Amino acid sequence: MRYYDRLIFELSRKGRIGFSLPACDADPVKAETAKGVTGIWRESPLDLPEVSEPDVVRHYTNLSQMNFGVDTGFYPLGSCTMKYNPKLNEEVLQSFLGLHPLQPESTAGGAEELLSFMKKALCEICGMKGFTLQPCAGAHGELTGLMLIREYHRSRGDEARCKVIIPDSAHGTNPASAAACGFEVVEVKSRPDGLVDIDALRPLLGPDIAGMMMTNPNTLGLFEKDILEIASLVHGCGGLMYYDGANLNPLLGIARPGDMGFDVMHVNLHKTFSTPHGGGGPGSGPVGVSEKLLPYLDKLKVSGFHGNFGVIARACAYILSLGREHLAEAGTFATLSANYIKESLKDCYRLPIDSVCKHEFVFDGLAGGGGDVTTLDVAKRLLDYGFHAPTIYFPLLFHQAIMIEPTETESKETLDAFIEVMRSIAHEASREPEVLRTAPHNTPVSRPDETAAARQPVLKYEFR
Amino acid sequence: MFAYFPHTDEDIRAMLDRIGAESEDELFSDVPSGFRLRNGYDLPSSMSEDEVRAFFNGLASRNTRLTVFAGAGAYDHYTPSVIPYITSRSEFLTAYTPYQAEISQGTLRYIFEWQTMICSLTGMDVANASMYDGPTAAAEAMRMCVACTRKRNTVIASSTLLPGVLEVLRTYARNCGVNLVETDAIGEAVAEGTLDLAGVIVPSINRYGIIESHLGLADAVHEAGALLVEYCDPSALAVVKTPAEWGADIAVGDAQTLGMPLCYGGPCAGFMACSSKWMRKLPGRLVGQTVDASGRRCFVLTLQAREQHIRREKASSNICSNESLMALWSTVYLSLMGPEGLRRVNALCYVGSHYLHDALLATGRFTDPFEGRAFLKEFVLQPLMDAGKLQQTLLDAGFFGALLTEEGYVSFCVTERRTRAEMDALVRVVKEAGL
Amino acid sequence: MSNIPDGLLFSESHEWVSVYDGVATIGVSDFAQAEMGDITYVELPSEGDVLAAGDEFGALESVKASSELYCPVSGTVIEVNEALESSPEIVNSDPYGAWMIKVRLSDESELSSLLSAGAYAEIAR
Repeated sequence: MRYYDRLIFELSRKGRIGFSLPACDADPVKAETAKGVTGIWRESPLDLPEVSEPDVVRHYTNLSQMNFGVDTGFYPLGSCTMKYNPKLNEEVLQSFLGLHPLQPESTAGGAEELLSFMKKALCEICGMKGFTLQPCAGAHGELTGLMLIREYHRSRGDEARCKVIIPDSAHGTNPASAAACGFEVVEVKSRPDGLVDIDALRPLLGPDIAGMMMTNPNTLGLFEKDILEIASLVHGCGGLMYYDGANLNPLLGIARPGDMGFDVMHVNLHKTFSTPHGGGGPGSGPVGVSEKLLPYLDKLKVSGFHGNFGVIARACAYILSLGREHLAEAGTFATLSANYIKESLKDCYRLPIDSVCKHEFVFDGLAGGGGDVTTLDVAKRLLDYGFHAPTIYFPLLFHQAIMIEPTETESKETLDAFIEVMRSIAHEASREPEVLRTAPHNTPVSRPDETAAARQPVLKYEFR
Repeated sequence: MFAYFPHTDEDIRAMLDRIGAESEDELFSDVPSGFRLRNGYDLPSSMSEDEVRAFFNGLASRNTRLTVFAGAGAYDHYTPSVIPYITSRSEFLTAYTPYQAEISQGTLRYIFEWQTMICSLTGMDVANASMYDGPTAAAEAMRMCVACTRKRNTVIASSTLLPGVLEVLRTYARNCGVNLVETDAIGEAVAEGTLDLAGVIVPSINRYGIIESHLGLADAVHEAGALLVEYCDPSALAVVKTPAEWGADIAVGDAQTLGMPLCYGGPCAGFMACSSKWMRKLPGRLVGQTVDASGRRCFVLTLQAREQHIRREKASSNICSNESLMALWSTVYLSLMGPEGLRRVNALCYVGSHYLHDALLATGRFTDPFEGRAFLKEFVLQPLMDAGKLQQTLLDAGFFGALLTEEGYVSFCVTERRTRAEMDALVRVVKEAGL
Repeated sequence: MSNIPDGLLFSESHEWVSVYDGVATIGVSDFAQAEMGDITYVELPSEGDVLAAGDEFGALESVKASSELYCPVSGTVIEVNEALESSPEIVNSDPYGAWMIKVRLSDESELSSLLSAGAYAEIAR
């Protein structure tokens, strides 16, 4: 990777063009003004770059070379499931590019067939009775699922249910989605072993509980083995169980959320089903429901058309490629890899909960505390060695959290190389802490001044 | 073995030994046997690459290729060849959200460029890193109006917004506790006044394709203590009055018109911009400029204290991603187009749509319910025959147009991709149809 | 060791209060600013807002954290420190100079429930 310091606007020269369109002398504004239609036209100048096609290609190619992706190297980002993105999935989109979303179904039979195949496949994998493919991201799925919970209680005249219970280890999106949907968030504590404290849960239950959101395995990578009891307690007070599918990957071939008592859930197609993250999207967050929520599923319109169809098509190619045989292996391999890293590093990094994990696990900083060296320093130093950093400072249960998720698509050699680097960073922390505190050293830029960025925000390029 | 899984038997053995487990099954001993998956999935068997290709070719053969003369929120604009080439570079495609700025300058820079271009098009001060799509961006704007006006809770939406936008607004309003009022008499509704008014959402170009005038609206809305939201087509903003020129507080819309293929409706990207006054209430990701430790210009995700991973239930929104790759898509598009290209697109749409409009009227089989109103690429007509049959006749001839609206009109859309010959052929079908 | 000046009153949520002539001037303690790290933004209420003791009146933001501000007393906001909008860093450099709001007290008896510097020192460590 090398530093490249241009913005497309800085390449602009008056008169250059990068488009290829038929000639056209018409001017809508003049034509309409001549007819007396005034006052609705743009008057301010339009500041866009004027660049040639080769300029554009070179500029964005240079930008891409300052980026790290799954295709570049190992990406052990906890709770993000950065597995390999198969290239075949990119090909299959070609069949659908010209399809208008409002075309009558009789002329879009193939597209409709794909959508219905995906709904059926997700029902089978998750143990649900129906799916909507409209949500465009995991958080969008959460909001949709919570809306379904609201519709369900409302239809029963049960409007007093205004609270949603969420474990303290939950992804930040859970409370944010619940609040966006107008629910009050009630936090339930984890026990020292990292699992939901059922004794703390019991007193929270009552006629004001709309539901409970959980991910299983939880964000510590631990399986909530009391899930049936939790579900039965929440159901007992009239609440519904929401499953955050961010951590679904390790359950492939092992268990289904629907069989654990969950009523509504989302799936991140960009995690479990291998579609590329694209630098932050587009993703897809289909929502599945059990029998009792089925009547409300098609009442909700949460995005423009059929959801992120292109992402859904990629996930479909993934499911077909793996088939029932290999889908069932993914969870086991992901779990094996996570435990392997955990066991190989727990003498150098503090493992607050020493038990078998699923797809991911959490260290709480360096063993022995690390002195002045923080989790941030370890993460930044990893970049120097050609690895992406793990998720850091999450979950909030530990001050120096390092959350590692290797996925099933990494070889033992890659895991070994990562383990070796993590060990050598731990040694550096005691011998040359300064190297860590000022890391990274081999990246296109060094640590950015985030405080300055937030104090005096510069959020766009200033022309002239 | 399987192509994506590198674990050999030997690897598995060595890894289990390190863990101190006898078998892989031991790693799942904490999963109660009561709900362990026993008989596997009822799904098709693993397919080879060519079998997957054949499956998709089979699907493709069950779609009908149509010449698109329809819009209603999804438009058949031209995609320059450069865009898919750039966006399929795996450094962009397979990256995560740019949390580690030091190895994500590519993503961060193009988002900064996108934010700048959205500000240029809309005239607004601040734009976020993109939203899921136009309708959800409108819904977030509705929620933002409520957040900005604190205890107020009523939002007026123009009934001339696209049906797809209104449907999403209704879903969000019903379940997020917003009192949504739909009306086509916006001025009167605002003037009538309510102390609870938080915002007003109007389309720059409405569901009939007409460019609306919002003269004086912003003043009235601000007088009422509320925010004005403009829903706009970013491509058309090259020629029509901008949200900033109308005095809007928030601009939203769908970037699909910036070179994205139809793809049965997605993915595309929504955009959201606001005046600097409301910057801290803007949902979604923001990229800002700063310097690194050695003083070099670089870019980071900023103002994150508004977001869910820090504020949890107090966040301005639950959104923690954007449609990054699609933002790159339209950033590359706008780079190639520049001001002249975007003007050309609008001119071609204008010429084409007026040609078709006039030719269809000349058949004597339609009347124009909005005569004299300005449109750019989409328009509606009142058919003097059975509209359903008209659409079917066009479908049979390979055209997708004459979309039936709730009011009984039929709508048509002409982009720069439609040729004179295609339009003449469509008009001939209409003329000769025994309807 | 954080600086806790005598003569000020404190809340358990780390705001300081100084009272003169029925008006409370409110900011956050040295301990609170140190816990937050570099403050990047101070969100403040509008003049004229009526607050009850314990109401949220704004928030502090740093790069990686955000913390709500709670009004320790009841009353009406009569002045906000607009300088903090462009220079949030003075909360870090001079926490007891960087006042945030002035509130005309509606119930002076509430002051008796606030902590003295000595009592606050027990909490702020």
